[in-house]
Amino acid sequence: MADPEIKSYEPGHDNPSAAVTESRSARTVLMTIAFVFLGVFLLLPLVIVFKEAFAKGVGAYFTSLNDHDTLSAIRLTLLVAVIAVPLNVVFGIAAAWAIAKFEFKGKAFLTTLIDLPFSVSPVISGLVYVLLFGAQAMLGPWLKSHGIEILFAVPGIVLATVFVTFPFVARELIPLMQEQGTGDEEAALSLGANGWQVFWYVTLPNIKWGLLYGVLLCNARAMGEFGAVSVVSGHIRGMTNTMPLHVEILYNEYNAVGAFAVASLLAGLALVTLILKTVLEMRYGAELAATRGH
Amino acid sequence: MTAKSLELFSGGPKKATFAAPKFYNFDRVEYSSTEAEMTKPHFKKLLGILIAGSVQFGALGFAFADTTILNVSYDPTRELYKQFDEAFSAYWKKESGETVTVQQSHGGSGKQARAVIDGLEADVVTLALESDINAIVENSKKINPDWRTKFEHNSAPYTSTIIFLVRKGNPKGIKDWNDLVKDGVQVITPNPKTSGGARWNYLAAWAYANAQNGGDETKTKEFISNLYSHVPVLDTGARGSTVTFAQKDLGDVLLAWENEAYLALDEFGADKFDIVYPPTSILAEPPVAVVDANVDAKGTRKVAEAYLKFLYSKEGQTLIAKHHYRPAKPELVPAEDLAKLPEIKLVTIDDPQFGGWKKAQPYHFADGGIFDQVYKPAQ
Repeated sequence: MADPEIKSYEPGHDNPSAAVTESRSARTVLMTIAFVFLGVFLLLPLVIVFKEAFAKGVGAYFTSLNDHDTLSAIRLTLLVAVIAVPLNVVFGIAAAWAIAKFEFKGKAFLTTLIDLPFSVSPVISGLVYVLLFGAQAMLGPWLKSHGIEILFAVPGIVLATVFVTFPFVARELIPLMQEQGTGDEEAALSLGANGWQVFWYVTLPNIKWGLLYGVLLCNARAMGEFGAVSVVSGHIRGMTNTMPLHVEILYNEYNAVGAFAVASLLAGLALVTLILKTVLEMRYGAELAATRGH
Repeated sequence: MTAKSLELFSGGPKKATFAAPKFYNFDRVEYSSTEAEMTKPHFKKLLGILIAGSVQFGALGFAFADTTILNVSYDPTRELYKQFDEAFSAYWKKESGETVTVQQSHGGSGKQARAVIDGLEADVVTLALESDINAIVENSKKINPDWRTKFEHNSAPYTSTIIFLVRKGNPKGIKDWNDLVKDGVQVITPNPKTSGGARWNYLAAWAYANAQNGGDETKTKEFISNLYSHVPVLDTGARGSTVTFAQKDLGDVLLAWENEAYLALDEFGADKFDIVYPPTSILAEPPVAVVDANVDAKGTRKVAEAYLKFLYSKEGQTLIAKHHYRPAKPELVPAEDLAKLPEIKLVTIDDPQFGGWKKAQPYHFADGGIFDQVYKPAQ
């Protein structure tokens, strides 16, 4: 993902980039457009979230967060992330490992399949589970007779979230691992390392920053997902409302401070993610550049 | 294999930036794993903190009361049931010593019925209209077909009607239904496919046009078609429409539940909107029912029935009137709470022009029904 940017920065001397040949005024116009656009579409909404959240003072902000239903929404969101993110890590590493390090039939198909959740609307992702696990659906009656609750309960929300966040870690790792090739692993194997050792001491250190980057993105989406979760949640207050759903409910109850207070937590999460991502990019970018130096 | 050969291998130029050149030293690692741990502190520590932190939050867990029942309701009843649930919990504690927590789920009435059909474990449903409960009866058999006979007043503990909410001073002069189709008037109403309130809105408009046109259905359809061409946005539920009108400042008139209109006045200040009572409207009877299959499976039938019965008590009816619904038993309610709700001419769904919900629902709102025929999104 970071490939093109890094390439264009690094060999700057022997490759006069196109931007340099543009006139100064053209550059100024382009940059102004970019900044105005980002300001209006990204910065302003963010400012408004915090402004609305603190509209009635700091006290009202914390009072509104300290509500039973809000706390349970926060807990549920964290719980979902705690389950969905590790699952994604395991799946992502496994898939990236298989795709990047081995040749097998159906590899292209698998790669496409991993991308599926990106191309499907989240509403569909949710409805799929309704059609699969709903009381009127294929598996519904069987689940019901065995006392297993999936839809309109925490497992359904976790499943929908896992589905939607499926590609994040894998997508991050596949290009990285392909870039790195199998040389290191082969060397380790030839020197007598077993499979686990190769993974733990060779592959994992090579991909660690990329992995963390994927985890961050995956976590942000897992906590922020609205569409798919909305379909399978059932919207039971204090039970199956995640933070994004709770924001909508509070807003619809004319509780602007409450809605934006919860929204500010989500925005805060986004900011933390962004900062960590930038820090990681600096680390991971340097490392990538180094691995490409050969 | 020796440690030295590995060291050599990992010391190549392309690994120069790695913080820990001893990653590849298998021999040493096998004997002293602690040292290996120390060579990659950042990553593991970060991951550890992330996981430990989130697990702690997650493990705070949910606190369950002795008994929990779930009331799946429609959009505008949030405020009513918030208070009513507390009153019921107190009442039930006194009555039986049992602690009961009532959970709420709100949304467009049709959407909520769909969720119960798909398996949302509601103990009771308190929806906007009979046909949504009938949909649960027909599609899932979770509610017995004779549910209307289980509680007084055809299982409708209160009635309501549809009125107009306009901008302060009524700048467009909206007084009756035909004012809605004047040039330049924008009407806010939700989607009758997903919202119960929207269906009442539609039927109220229909009743007006039907009376105006002496029962000529073609002309009535024209009026309805014309009306919906004045609707810039169809929200999925009544609350969404209120927010669109009151908070997003869209439209000149909101077709609203009576209670929803008063709530908007309470929330946004009486200086922003006026309530207009049209000369005629519709008598909406939002019904309630116990979801038989669910309460029998969960063993909550007794509480669920007591909960709905409590709606008919003096306390329940007074709360209902306080939230601007029309109580089914007005004699139980202090007169000042009733004063706000004026008498207007109300047509019922059982009027011959509709023939009850069983007939009106498929005729008007099913796929290919009248609404589908006449509705073209506003230009």
